Amino acid sequence: MTRRLSYDGVAVAVPVTVPYQRYSTLGAHWFLGQAMEALVQASGLAKEEIDGLCVSSFSLAPDTAVGVTQHLGLSPRWLDHMPTGGASGVMCLRRAARAVQAGDADVVACVAADTNHVDSFRQTLGSFSNFARDATYPYGSGGPNSIFAMITAHYMRTFGATREDFGRICVDQRSNALKNPNAMFKKPLTLDEYIAARPISDPIHLFDCVMPCAGAEAFLVMSEERARDLGLAHAVIRGAIERHNAYSEDPVMVRGGWRKDRDDLYAQAGVQPADIDFVQTYDDYPVIAMMQFEDLGFCEKGEGSAFVRSHTMTHDGSFPNNTSGGQLSAGQAGAAGGFLGMTETLRQLTDTAGPRTVPDARLGLVAGFGMVTYDRCLCTGAVILGRPA
Amino acid sequence: MTMPLMRPKRKNPVLRTRQMNLPPWARGRVALGITAAAAEGRFELQTCEDCGTVQYPPREACHKCLSPRLHWQEQGGEGRLLSSTTLHHSNDLFFRERLPWRLGLVQLDVGPTLMVHLHGEVVDSEAAPTRVRVGARLDRAGQAVLIGFPNEGSAHMADDKMLREMTSDPNFRKVLVTDGKTEVGQAIVRALVKAGADIVWVGHAEPWKKMGGLDDISALPQVTLVPLDLTNGRSVTELAGEIGGKVDIVINNAEVHRSFGIGSRRGTDVAKAEMDINYFGLLRLAQEFGPALKGRSADGTTGATAWVNLLSIYALSNFPPHGTFSASKAAAHSLAQCLRAEMRPAGIRVVNVFPGPIDDEWNQHTPPPKLAGSALANAIVKALRDGVEDVYPGDVAQEWLERWRDNPKILERELAAGG
Repeated sequence: MTRRLSYDGVAVAVPVTVPYQRYSTLGAHWFLGQAMEALVQASGLAKEEIDGLCVSSFSLAPDTAVGVTQHLGLSPRWLDHMPTGGASGVMCLRRAARAVQAGDADVVACVAADTNHVDSFRQTLGSFSNFARDATYPYGSGGPNSIFAMITAHYMRTFGATREDFGRICVDQRSNALKNPNAMFKKPLTLDEYIAARPISDPIHLFDCVMPCAGAEAFLVMSEERARDLGLAHAVIRGAIERHNAYSEDPVMVRGGWRKDRDDLYAQAGVQPADIDFVQTYDDYPVIAMMQFEDLGFCEKGEGSAFVRSHTMTHDGSFPNNTSGGQLSAGQAGAAGGFLGMTETLRQLTDTAGPRTVPDARLGLVAGFGMVTYDRCLCTGAVILGRPA
Repeated sequence: MTMPLMRPKRKNPVLRTRQMNLPPWARGRVALGITAAAAEGRFELQTCEDCGTVQYPPREACHKCLSPRLHWQEQGGEGRLLSSTTLHHSNDLFFRERLPWRLGLVQLDVGPTLMVHLHGEVVDSEAAPTRVRVGARLDRAGQAVLIGFPNEGSAHMADDKMLREMTSDPNFRKVLVTDGKTEVGQAIVRALVKAGADIVWVGHAEPWKKMGGLDDISALPQVTLVPLDLTNGRSVTELAGEIGGKVDIVINNAEVHRSFGIGSRRGTDVAKAEMDINYFGLLRLAQEFGPALKGRSADGTTGATAWVNLLSIYALSNFPPHGTFSASKAAAHSLAQCLRAEMRPAGIRVVNVFPGPIDDEWNQHTPPPKLAGSALANAIVKALRDGVEDVYPGDVAQEWLERWRDNPKILERELAAGG
């Protein structure tokens, strides 16, 4: 493989969250518009100075990113549309960073937004992909719950993980969420409550599932020089990877594509897993968060449950994970769920995370995971962000 | 073990009759290949002609070697259960009304991983992956779904709650057979009684005519003879008014069959008589009984479920020695496709039966093999139990089907030359 260029000189700044709502009658464009307005206001840039746009959304359809330019009166000279859900945060960042390095754009707005009407979720499921329409939705119509239930059951059987192990992840994320004013869940969650929750699709119970909602997450990508000129607190990209349809030979998912590229990731960043101060795993289901602990090198395959038993995963714990509460406790605003770890990491690295600050954090890892078209998610990605030198 | 289905309690007439919510119906064109095979009772998957890879879900290219040369190949379905789940929540009304619902993830020995509905007798063992056999069935929406069956099922495995949603077993059901005076009709009645049908209403068009065999079947406690003349709209309407709200399965076996084509006969009287029963008779019956069946398709465990048409293999391609009969059956086939589309929203399965020559008086000059009435009757009951929608019983029907599938034009020339 060709040695990749570094992401030196690129700044990631201005994390923006449009507060989540369980249901909204507004369209995806409204949330995109709110996110853009917040980016403009927080950056001090004129709208016209944002000359790159990368959009991630499901409920935007039939529009794509290009429709957004006319809807919001933007005229970017670089445009990308990244409807890859949970992986879109990492994927947008990688593309935007290269555009900035190459001079194709000066300031790229990366925006993920989705609305959630009362019946949106059901309608999305049946038409999510051709394979979902043909080969999963007609089977109980459980959406991702049913396939991840089987992945979870298989993982538990293979590696001896228990519901309590997954519960630890969820409970610690909930305590983080209580310090995040934007989180949808405001009540503490105990392990007993987690275990006693109603079954959704065995062994997945209520608190293993995210709550679909409406909202937006966004950030800006520009040169470090520009960020400094604008006086914007920012983070820098130390390394970034992505991989699609990895390990398709595994009959059921036990590992994700992170594993294939993690050496590349840490080599590019010049760090080891032990150097990472906090992680934002993609938590559509806790089993996937556990797989990321393994596949990103924090523990060996199959040791995920021992790992969570030996760590606290709160923002001030021994292994801070999903310090915003993650999607499990902050809510999943559609594709914005793929940006949640990114905006949270920017807040941690620019000292704006308030009461949920990870003490002395210098390096954060954000992982992405997206698009369950048939029996597993296809896109994986990860980025290591750090404080500027 | 599956518990045998018990006789359902009498319906409470005060309660609203539950209406059908179909399972998700949408499929892409490629995926419909599985449905096409399942409609005839086969489980087929896409196989690459270049590298031999068996793949699922269906695609437009081989995911291994990118070849577009994919064909559908019948599968044994042997595999191992990798994982399973029981759904307690569904976003779809059909499943919501039927929770809990089991699903499994099965790796076939030939490679691909399949998501399947799981039969109740499949035990998901912690120790070693359970061996299962995957088959394809049509669901209530008429689209193929894959089912994980136990490797060795028990005697009552057909009574599995999930499987019954895919099939139309006559057990405990009430059936109308439109013509009881033929040998085939009587064989169908006997087969239905043997299969556990609760009531079999048997039509006879001209009650004053004493026909052999009618006395035998009317002696069966399940059988009630009813006046039914498919050439007479009023007769059909009257019977529908009487029993339409109770019939769970309609088997339309009434037919007029005369030999010869165009030139051997003067006038159109015979052709009209054939059309009047074979085509218009089906139309009259469908207009009266169709809506009644649709209204009761979710009426308990033994609600209205299926409509069977006795067609003919001659419906596919005209057999000139039986030319006008072939034409009337082709018309009936076309109408039956329309009926299938109109019954689909209620989940009523339309089963079309395409036999070769039946061993009856109107095929006296046809050389063997000819299909015995009892064989045809058993094929119909089996189709209902298996949830199959197109049946070609007998060696002649199978052979003609193969030739027709291979090249309909060649078959036309062969039939013009006498077979």
